[in-house]
Parts: sequence; structure tokens; C-alpha cells
Amino acid sequence: MSTATLNAPAATRSRPFAWAEQSLTLAWRNIVRIRQNPEALADVTFQPIIFLLLFLFVFGGAIAGEGSWQDYLPYLLPGVLVQSVVFSTMGTGVGLNDDFAKGVFDRFRSLPIARVAPLIGAVLGDSVRYLTSIVILMVTGFALGFRFENGVGNGLLACLLILVFALSLCWIWVWLGLTMKTVQGVQGIAFLVMFPLTFGSNVFVETSTLPGFLQALTKVNPVTYLVDAMRGLMLGGEVQKPLLITLAWMIGLVTVFAPLAIRAYRRRT
Amino acid sequence: MSTTNQVAISAEGLVKRYGGTTALDGVDLSVPTGTVLGVLGPNGAGKTTAVRILGTLLRPDAGHATVGGYDVVREAPRVREIIGLTGQYASVDEDMSGRRNLVMIGRLLGLPRDQAKAKAGQLLERFELTGAGDRIAKTYSGGMRRRLDLAASLVGDPSILYLDEPTTGLDPHARNGVWDTIRNLVLDGTTVLLTTQYLEEADALADSIMVFDKGKVVAQGRPAELKAQAGKQSLDVRPAEPGHLERVAAIVAEAVGTRPTVDVVNALVSVPVSDGTSMPVVVRRLDEAGIAVTELSLRLPSLDEVFLALTGHAAEEQSTAVLEGASR
Repeated sequence: MSTATLNAPAATRSRPFAWAEQSLTLAWRNIVRIRQNPEALADVTFQPIIFLLLFLFVFGGAIAGEGSWQDYLPYLLPGVLVQSVVFSTMGTGVGLNDDFAKGVFDRFRSLPIARVAPLIGAVLGDSVRYLTSIVILMVTGFALGFRFENGVGNGLLACLLILVFALSLCWIWVWLGLTMKTVQGVQGIAFLVMFPLTFGSNVFVETSTLPGFLQALTKVNPVTYLVDAMRGLMLGGEVQKPLLITLAWMIGLVTVFAPLAIRAYRRRT
Repeated sequence: MSTTNQVAISAEGLVKRYGGTTALDGVDLSVPTGTVLGVLGPNGAGKTTAVRILGTLLRPDAGHATVGGYDVVREAPRVREIIGLTGQYASVDEDMSGRRNLVMIGRLLGLPRDQAKAKAGQLLERFELTGAGDRIAKTYSGGMRRRLDLAASLVGDPSILYLDEPTTGLDPHARNGVWDTIRNLVLDGTTVLLTTQYLEEADALADSIMVFDKGKVVAQGRPAELKAQAGKQSLDVRPAEPGHLERVAAIVAEAVGTRPTVDVVNALVSVPVSDGTSMPVVVRRLDEAGIAVTELSLRLPSLDEVFLALTGHAAEEQSTAVLEGASR
């Protein structure tokens, strides 16, 4: 057998940005999967719309007091946006866990590709899901009469903020997805954390209406500040303080959980 | 690096422990370039652990191994460039079409888009999946799925291929298809390491066989050598009329000098012999007695019998697994 057959094709060598190309290919995989299984997108399409409509029409009248659901919509939409996107970050952990369980990652690992590419690809690919959620909710909101009252630029900035927040938060689920044994375990923990995190905040109601212990929770809950910053950007009002606190949380989340996730990933690969 | 040596895969003293259990307990192996090594053993014998180490998916706790001349731990990226892996793990993405799976792997390996597509098309055709190529893999039958797995491991034209139980759970027709594919790969010069629970499979495909039991190699050699190691040949006679079993047994006993075993269920008379000299005698006596037979053969012992002889116990886990499978 000649030497040549045991040497890799030249194409797999000497490409300095190979890891980036490989990550993009694997991100593309996540998008293809969505295209071939559109029902897998339900959690970022129908679910947020249903949440928005239910809260708007079931609680809208009661929460708005003298007003109607139209008065509640500007308040609710940024909140539901945050809630939906925060919930959909869980999918990243579930997907990774599933890939490991089904042996898809072993296939990747047996290929001569950058070790970190599958992880980056998974996170990048999922940002498409987050973006879907944002677009769907904004379109629904606009159809119902929502407007960026603080200018389109600031409104879009708010959309960018929630996207980046999701990319910071998803590292928790990446970490759990890589350390927990089953998909069900990851989902169990996720719901346990997500419900208090999103409902124990100002997503749906003014925090002043809550009992004391819940108000204490909302004051340390990053979701509260994120929603404040989003409302400020979309509708006008204070932006700077909640935005800074949100940014600090994002940095904190990435600093703590990205290394944990990468360590767990290295341990499994 | 020069690979003028004719050894494609070589391992010395591989040990892997999981907590208290030792999955692999000092395994040496060597696979000459262009040959097929069959690794045989029941579930839990350490076959998959060995393949995972040789495939760079797992680090050994002790010992070392080289594949194509590259160390599996220190030069893992190089090893990955020359191997292909197919097995119970190392799976394709069930939520994508067969074609997209193959294109993705081609792209990951650095092929330009059009080349990756062309390669995927060729492989689908070669594995008779062209018609199903655009369906998602979840909808494939077991045999199609296995062929897609094989195709996926061949996108990079590996010179060394690991097949971990490639036919487990397949029906005989699908199994034969996979066997043909493996034979063709070997004809093209690919080195294959194949694990299997089916003795028949190792016998049919492998140039040499290693028998694993509880993390150790308990026997190795060419299929014929292993069979010889386990003992004598066997003379089998199957009368056309089950009612003739006793008369056949008497004739065989007289000709060979040993009392044969009579398998009433399969209507088979079977006796161990050291050589074939008694065969003509048996034929003459049967003819004189006017007894018609449907089978008369002198055979080497089956690998099941070999496994029993070598390990002192039957391939227990295997038979349990089969029973579990059957009861479902």
C-alpha cells in the first residue's frame, strides 16, 4: 500500500479557518433539520403566539384595569418576547443531549474536524431558532397594533438585546445538556428554573402588585432588568440602568457557564 | 510519515476501566494492511471499547495503539483523517435526509459544495439508496439505515474502516447486502476491523479472528485454525426418513467405532471423527441398507462450538440477547 493512500486529501489540511467553516456547516445542519421537521419549530412559533394571545385576551382586561387589551399589548409584548426566547434557549441543551445519546457526536468526533466545531455549530444554529421566535412575535404584535414608540432603531436594538441575552443564557443549558444523562432530566430542571424565572418577574405584571417575597425575587431576577431595558428601548422610558445590569448579567452568565460547558464538552469528547 | 510497514492497526496492552469494571484488560492486536480482522465476542466482552479506542473516541488507561502509523492518543487528528467508523454509536442524523447527511460530512471534510454533492450522489447510488436519498433517515428500514451509516463512513475514502456490529438486528437479506459491500471494500484495498456477535459473520468475512471474553483475548488465528484448535471434525448424517435415525446411528457407530449423538429434533446423527476415512464405509453401509439420506457431511466444528471450547462457557450474553429479542 502506498504512502499516498494513508495521507489525507489536501483539502482537509492547511486551512486556517477550517474550524469556522466546519462550525458554519454544523449550524447549517440545525437549519436543515428545522426545514425537514417543521413541527420541531413549534416551540418557537405557535407556542409564543399562543402565549401572547392567551395573556392578552384572558388577562389583558383584568390587568389593564380600566383599560382594554389594546392598552396591555405594549406592556405585554416585550415581556412575552423575553419569556419565549428565554424558554427556547432550553432547546439547545436538549438538542446536544440528544445528539450525544444518539451517537451523532461520535460520528463528528471520528472526523478530522476541529473539536469545538460541533459545539459552536449547535449554538450558532440555535440562534436561528431564537431569531424565528423574535420575528414571529414581532409580526404578530404589529398585526395586533403594537408599534416601536421609541423609534425603529431602538426597537431593533431591543430585538438584538434579547438575541444576545439568549446566546449568553444558553450556556447554562449547554452545560446541563452535556452533564445530565437524559433529555427528560434536562427538561425537568429547565422547567423548574424557567417558570419562577419568567413569572417571578415583570414579564406579565407590574412588580408592585406582587407580595413582598416575590418582589425580592424580581429584584435579583435578571429577566426583570432585561424586560425593563426592552420596554425602555421599544416604548421609551429608562434604559441605561436596566441595560447595564442586563449586560453585567450576560457577562456573568458567559463567564461562569461557558467554561463549565466547555469543560463538560471536553470531558465527553 | 512513512507507512511502508504493512501493519495498518497495531495495539499493545490496551486497558480501559470504568469505575470498578475492567472493560479491556490488556489487549494486543495487529491488523495487516488490506486484511479483515474479525473481533468476536458476546455483549460486554470489550469489543466496542477496543474500537472506540482505536477510533480515537476513547483514551486507553494503559497501553498504546497506532493506526496507519499514527498514535491514537498523541496524533488523533491524523488518525481521524484515514479512518471511517460505523457502529451502534457513530450515527447519522436521523432528522436529515440521507443525501444531506452525506453532503454535510463531505463539507466537514473540506470538499467544495459541488464535490460534496457529487460524492453524496455516488455513495447513494453505490448503496442503492438513490430513491430514498431525499427522505429523512428516520423513515429508513434497518438495512437502509445500516447502508447509510456505511456510506457516511466512506465519504472521506478511508483506508481503514471500523465496523462495530454492522449487521446486528438485520434480516438475512439485508445482512447479505452489507456483507457484499464489505467484501467489495476489501477488494479495493481497505483494511477492515469488524466486531460481531455472529460467529458465522466472522467466519464469512474475516481473514483472521480474535475472540474476546471479559476484556481479554482468549483466542486468535485464521478461522480454520481456530476451528482446528477447538478439536476434531464432525461427521453428520441426516436420513430422509426420521424413522431411520436409530438404524443410521447403529451403522455410523459400527463404522466409526464411537456411539454418535442423535438429534431427534433435527433428525441428525452426528459423531466426532479424527479424519475422513470412515466416510466411504458409512456411505457403503447406508447404500446396502437402502437408507436414503438428505445430508451427509464431514465438517469442521462451528465457531459456536469453538467459542464454547475456548472460553469454557457458551456465548451466554449473546443467547440471552437473542431470547430477549425474540420475546418482544
